Amino acid sequence: MKPATEARADRLGERLLALDPAAGTFRDAHVRDLPAYLRAGDLLVVNDAAALPASLRGTVADGGARVELRLAGAPADADGDMFPAVLFGAGDWRARTEDRPAPPALAPGAEIDLGDGLRAAVVSVSPRTPRLVHVRLSPGGDPLWPALYGRGRPVQYAYLRRPLELFDVQTGYASRPWAAEMPSAGRPLAWSLLLDLLRRGVRIAALTHAASLSSIGDSSLDALLPLPERYEIPEATVRAIASARRVVAVGTTVVRALEGSVARNGRLVSGRGETDLVVAGGFRPAVVDGLLTGMHEPGTSHWKLMEAFAPRGLLQDSWAHAERAGYLAHELGDSCLVLAP
Amino acid sequence: MQIAGQNVLITGAGRGLGAALAEELARRGARVVLVARTPAPLEEVAGRIRRAGGEAHVFPADVGSKRAIHPIAGAAAALVGDIDILVHCASTLGPTPLPPLLDLDCEALEETLAVNLVGPFRLTKALAGSMVLRGSGLVVAISSDAAVEAYPRWGAYGVSKAGLDHLMRIFAAELEGTGVRFLAIDPGEMDTRMHAEAMPDADRTTLARPADVARRIADIIARAEARPNGARLKAGAEAETAAAGAPAAAAEVAP
Repeated sequence: MKPATEARADRLGERLLALDPAAGTFRDAHVRDLPAYLRAGDLLVVNDAAALPASLRGTVADGGARVELRLAGAPADADGDMFPAVLFGAGDWRARTEDRPAPPALAPGAEIDLGDGLRAAVVSVSPRTPRLVHVRLSPGGDPLWPALYGRGRPVQYAYLRRPLELFDVQTGYASRPWAAEMPSAGRPLAWSLLLDLLRRGVRIAALTHAASLSSIGDSSLDALLPLPERYEIPEATVRAIASARRVVAVGTTVVRALEGSVARNGRLVSGRGETDLVVAGGFRPAVVDGLLTGMHEPGTSHWKLMEAFAPRGLLQDSWAHAERAGYLAHELGDSCLVLAP
Repeated sequence: MQIAGQNVLITGAGRGLGAALAEELARRGARVVLVARTPAPLEEVAGRIRRAGGEAHVFPADVGSKRAIHPIAGAAAALVGDIDILVHCASTLGPTPLPPLLDLDCEALEETLAVNLVGPFRLTKALAGSMVLRGSGLVVAISSDAAVEAYPRWGAYGVSKAGLDHLMRIFAAELEGTGVRFLAIDPGEMDTRMHAEAMPDADRTTLARPADVARRIADIIARAEARPNGARLKAGAEAETAAAGAPAAAAEVAP
């Protein structure tokens, strides 16, 4: 499937592939048709994490090697200046991640100069790969944020035509900057559509999930995806779920947060948590009834997650149809709804 | 809206009414994020708030710059959490001495609108969606009587503030029933640097102190649910007198 290479002006006119896993059927629709698939009492749960300016170019203090540091999610500590991150060699998003040169192996204590006074100190290195690190950014505290927003750019990939601006990668309800990449399932949800749904009695609740990087370009590392991710579920969302007719997750991150909370606690619990839950075929969701997500290529972790909501044959057939019908993939691409009536 | 424990983002917080309002809201228990272009005055205001036992954070940025908006919104939420109250206080007069419209450079009008109208629009757009999902939130725009009265030579400023008032009204109409509220507040004439730039010959003894006006605005915020959504209110000294009799409905101004 071809990737969407730029944002389209009419989000509601983007395509929506609607799968009915109970009947084993699928139908072509558009995002604007979403209200036809939802009814009063249904609940959409969205990920309100804003996208961080997570891509930072820098120079290793010792030796001067050029690297790119991609923050992989929300700050990992209470101080708010230690982040999970992935190192890339020289270059930028214009090269495919798998074609990028490897970064130098950095030991704890190594420093990266990110420009304009912003620095990253390597705190720890993953035993699984030297590219996966925790870094402490300095300056910390209030001055971190102007420095980070001044130097960081949105993470993006080689199939896009032009550099993304930070405002290109925010959903219409983004709040805390916890996500390494935009929680893109909610990107097409214009407020005209959301307000229409609210008027029809569909409810909308949020959680915050620190969506990590979708691709690292190193097969051994990509096999580790999704990385453990932090989330926070508000009490109001737990209450809304308890009284919902059907719970429709907007994005795979919402599935991971909700089902991860149940897997860890035995029931859905409000508050903060971290999940390393892998949802795939055979997993029986305890909370989520359906999923609004992007067009995910067979074999990826996102595709495997969809197998918890629809039979593999239906996913394969609908994917083949969508590819022939010119649907577009990736974060600026078309959408897929998996929901039984 | 109860002020204690709320997360407040306030622009134009480096001096004048914005600084006074930040201090007043922090004194009442809000966590405040202060935004203005120049870091030093922001740090001074934040320092005063912290020394008084309050919580304040600073994010230097220009509200008139398109690329500054999501950094402001994101940093504020990172520093204190989801924003409950947004106060648009940043404002520019445009060129001084104030020129008549026939002498006003078109670019100067555009710059004034960028700070006083388009910036607040962008920042509201970046924050109000999250407020709708949470079912509550308040956006306050600091207005002026120049939004209503056609004062000669106040063209750029007056047009921008009239637009800002209407922006709040239309946001209120579109988001009616969601729990997110919008108010425009006319603070009246105050003894600020902006006032001195606009009217250097004014008798300062007749002007209100920003701290007093900030207290009245905080009172309005604390009872925002009692006001019609989208209303334009007065917070000047005369409003306090008028409000003494009928607190909920007083001081509303028909535009």
